[in-house]
Amino acid sequence: MSIKKRERTDWLLKKIFKATGLITIGLLTGIFLMLLYNSIAFFADIKPVDFLTGSQWDPESAGGKYGIAPLLVSTGLVTLGAMLIAIPLGIFTAAYLSELAHPKVKAILKPLIEMLAAIPSVAIGFLGIVLVGPGIAKIFGIANGLNAFNGSVLLAVMALPTIITISEDAINAVPLSHREASLAIGANKWQTIFRVTLPAALPGLIAAVMLGLGRALGETMTVLMATGNAAVMPSGFLDAVRTITATIAIEMGEVPYQTTHYFALFAIAVILFLITLLINFLGEYFANRLRKFHG
Amino acid sequence: MIKKIKYFFNWILLLGSTLLVCLILGVILWDIFSKGISSVSLNFISQFPTDGMTKGGILPAVIGTLLLTFITTIFAVPFGVACAIYLNEYARPSALTNIIRASIRNLAGIPSIIYGLFGLALFVQALHLGTSVLSAGLTLGLLSLPYIITTTEEALKRIPNSMREATLALGATQFETIKDVVLPKALPGILTGVILTMSRAAGETAPILFTGVAFYINGITASPYQEFMALPYHLYMLSTQHQAIEEVRPLAYGTATVLILLVFLLNIIAFYIRFKNRTQN
Repeated sequence: MSIKKRERTDWLLKKIFKATGLITIGLLTGIFLMLLYNSIAFFADIKPVDFLTGSQWDPESAGGKYGIAPLLVSTGLVTLGAMLIAIPLGIFTAAYLSELAHPKVKAILKPLIEMLAAIPSVAIGFLGIVLVGPGIAKIFGIANGLNAFNGSVLLAVMALPTIITISEDAINAVPLSHREASLAIGANKWQTIFRVTLPAALPGLIAAVMLGLGRALGETMTVLMATGNAAVMPSGFLDAVRTITATIAIEMGEVPYQTTHYFALFAIAVILFLITLLINFLGEYFANRLRKFHG
Repeated sequence: MIKKIKYFFNWILLLGSTLLVCLILGVILWDIFSKGISSVSLNFISQFPTDGMTKGGILPAVIGTLLLTFITTIFAVPFGVACAIYLNEYARPSALTNIIRASIRNLAGIPSIIYGLFGLALFVQALHLGTSVLSAGLTLGLLSLPYIITTTEEALKRIPNSMREATLALGATQFETIKDVVLPKALPGILTGVILTMSRAAGETAPILFTGVAFYINGITASPYQEFMALPYHLYMLSTQHQAIEEVRPLAYGTATVLILLVFLLNIIAFYIRFKNRTQN
């Protein structure tokens, strides 16, 4: 092959590789614009204020009620419960793996956590129906265990691998000199872990929590299967709830194409998209702070 | 003495959390496998469902999931690998590079159900592919893209720069360096990422809900333009929507077992490739 031909190939492929890089930007903007485009028709029918503050979601009723508040509260409640369980459990496990575990123990535990991450969400949701649900019903003496608490337990399980893995990386990134300095001035192992290492890793731990939170917020199948799917304002963890994701999953299959109800589902997807985007930005902000701090 | 109790408590806190996480995994696997393994047999995965899904096997769902995963991989891998090559081999630190990287991180964080909506609007409606295994596969391909890019870039990063410099010094162009030196050397790492992506795609449900999955199809999916059955959706329908839920519970457990075994098999293959690659180097 002549040198000219080789150089031309080189130039052409460089352009192709660059184009694929640009596709990722196009995909992200494309997704957002598609959601926005489809929801414009909805906001022509329903006022944004009624949409955001309305306390009833009942599109099938006469006139159609499109208040997103019950869905937002449901999503918030389930996710809050999941984080209350997953944050301490995840960070303590990460601290154990990073600071205490023997390398051989660690070599067994890390693949186990990868296994937990690999279990499909639909299988976790299935266990919510056959195992966690009946368990909750028995413990709290209620007829049906398909409620927000069930969803929280399952989402905690799904967020755990993410929180553990990223937290462990964050704790590992704390320079050894911090620990040595702490031990040298007489602090023992526990004081070092809780008062030096973990606080120093805090921005990374927050980034880990943000990623876990994003995963829990966006999860569809587990909450669809395990939370009872009642689109009413919940008053506690033992109420059936319906998250934004579950609402899209249930109703998109049933609505006629290009009706107000159809466009409404894109409108709630816009809200979900913006929430996850915000969480990603927060996570990135804290991850960068950790990098600056130790870099 | 009080201090000793306090430190013992700390130790219990950390170890206990870790053990609880392991226990959760144990309970999940035990419950599903102990109740599902009796339903799983060669007949279960090689027969068609019969009697309104209350008896028989899950062959169409197995084939549907394999076909779906295949289409996803074929579509996502070339784009994902090419993008990773651009980021690791060509891109200089710049505003554009930062925007591309930020896009990829955000794409990875978008809920899978939103990919489902996007697939519905783009592939099913705008491109007129209809609800089909092709639409669903392409949708899952988009979902997998950020994951493939990240794992491929990790693999490319591990190739020492001295190898690239040596090839360039011999007069090879940059593309020839990538094609003949970097990619072959990074192949096991890329393959690991590809197989892990396949395992995730096989277990996804939300993105395929509106793009082509069906609870029942006549026969098996033979063309990319047909609807298809899939293991995760089958499990979802058997456990929530079937008219005789209690009666089909063993089938649901069996489907869950097959699905988890399939996903674990892919993970073990990826683990093996990674392990072998590490011991060789």
